[in-house]
Amino acid sequence: MSVMAKQRARERYYSRPWQGPHRRYDIVKEFVIALIVVALVTVGLAIAFGSPDRKPITLQEWAANAPGDFVATTVAELDGTSGTATYGAPYTNDPTAGQKLGPLPLQRWVGVREPVDTAADFVLGPLGTSANPAVTAALATYTAASADQQNTWATAYADALSKAPDGDPAQVATGDYGPVPALATGLLAMAKNGGLDGLLQEQGGFYQTNYARSLLFLADGSYLEDQARAENLGGDQWGMMNETGSYPGQAWLWLYTFWYQIPPFSSSDNADALVWGLMMVLSAALVLLPFIPGLRSLPRWLGVHRVIWRNWYRGSRTG
Amino acid sequence: MALQALTDPTGLISMDSTGPYLHWGVVQISVANLAVILLMLVVFALALFLPFPGSRR
Amino acid sequence: MSAPTTGTERMWTARLRGRAVQAFPPEQLLPDKQPAYVSSWIYVFGVATLAALAMVLTSGIVLALLGPQWYHVSNVGRFVNSLHLWSVELFFFTMVIHLWGKFFMAAWRGKRALTWVTGAIAFLGSIATAFTGYLIQSNFDSQWISTQAKDGLNSVGVGAWFNVLDYGQMLLFHVILFPLILGVLVIWHVLLVRRRGVVPPFAADDTVVPQQPEEVAR
Repeated sequence: MSVMAKQRARERYYSRPWQGPHRRYDIVKEFVIALIVVALVTVGLAIAFGSPDRKPITLQEWAANAPGDFVATTVAELDGTSGTATYGAPYTNDPTAGQKLGPLPLQRWVGVREPVDTAADFVLGPLGTSANPAVTAALATYTAASADQQNTWATAYADALSKAPDGDPAQVATGDYGPVPALATGLLAMAKNGGLDGLLQEQGGFYQTNYARSLLFLADGSYLEDQARAENLGGDQWGMMNETGSYPGQAWLWLYTFWYQIPPFSSSDNADALVWGLMMVLSAALVLLPFIPGLRSLPRWLGVHRVIWRNWYRGSRTG
Repeated sequence: MALQALTDPTGLISMDSTGPYLHWGVVQISVANLAVILLMLVVFALALFLPFPGSRR
Repeated sequence: MSAPTTGTERMWTARLRGRAVQAFPPEQLLPDKQPAYVSSWIYVFGVATLAALAMVLTSGIVLALLGPQWYHVSNVGRFVNSLHLWSVELFFFTMVIHLWGKFFMAAWRGKRALTWVTGAIAFLGSIATAFTGYLIQSNFDSQWISTQAKDGLNSVGVGAWFNVLDYGQMLLFHVILFPLILGVLVIWHVLLVRRRGVVPPFAADDTVVPQQPEEVAR
């Protein structure tokens, strides 16, 4: 018999309605018992361990706890070197940015569907609402200058900040940074007194349910990531599986996060796209397992079924 | 005790401090996750080997 | 029951009813017996997963009724949130053990491939649903998970539509869209099990269909 004929014959064999002996089985009772047991276990676990709820980081908290990082991020948004500014689709139009899956620039193909102008949206826009005359003057000077001049100022200041001890704006070497320091410290002050959180969120209307702006700005800095890494949530710490505190996390993501830990993914610029592609293939293999020769014959070969059906196999030999 | 649980949001055993993690080469896993996975294997083995009531020869 | 009027049998309603009853006669939909080989504890993990899912849905409905910020400010809310978290952990716990069991039994045999397929897609769909749940916690976890996950999704273009930074969108995905899709998959999966019956054990010679239908599979 050919392999395919055998397969068809087996399918016929195992699809016949069962004519052999039966046993009483109360499935409704089984379901009710399962419900009660699961409910009791759930309540028990909830009482014993509760659940995590670590408070979100506000821009105010960020500005208060890591002002150097906040200022550095602000300048990066101005001079277009921040993560968001150099991201490419779907936030910015940059034909050189974006990951590729092999030769396919999938990220770029979808285009800019969530447009963000980091300088205007994160810095200049919010500062425009300020009544502080120093800020208003700095803003006027900045917007009147040419794009080249703006960039020169911002890049110089960013450079000086990185060389200052602890990135402290107060200890930056003197230099020609134009109005940029005033803009950055103006935004810092706005964040420290809590105004920036609501301002960034409210852009575009009274009701906003999209937190993209606030989250992108926050994630451009190091503060959020530092807090996350302290809880082993970083990508190279198997973070996808983990939870804050000592709670169990998402053990089912073990294989997804595993690839990020090993080469070539751990050092690739296209790691996200590559891992996605790989997991899509593996997921398809899982779903289509019944149709994959070799793989679908594995269970019979492995023999665990002999334990599961040991009563049946024993009975049929003597039956 | 249940009443206390309803007024104590963090549960009887506080799990808010960053939990212990085990390291083995490139593998890094929280004790909590490891416990869950090990428990799954134990329960699976029990399900396979524990006798099921009512089975007749 | 009155005799059908002339031409009833060709009506869409009658045809659909006929096919439904043929595929799922009541004794098969809610059977009071199972083949004798269904005698192992591994078989309870499917129903355990359903029970855990019922717990997830119930706790989720309470959270939905009181709104997504409730559990931050109420102790009872935090307790219901804990119920939701642990029922989800139990759900994945039992579902994966169920998957392991079904794999080792090669439960897709005998025209049961679709049962496996719907189950596997439901597994993956559950992961996606849980993921959106983590995003709408409106806490530090949500901030980190959303800003990290956006990179994975954006890298292949999916992030442009499935915007994990959009709290409103993720809330709706988690509370209504994904549960609806998952519900359809789960119901389909369970109906398929009822339709085809529990897969029989491997038999020594399974390439020859026995002549007498009463012969027991060995």
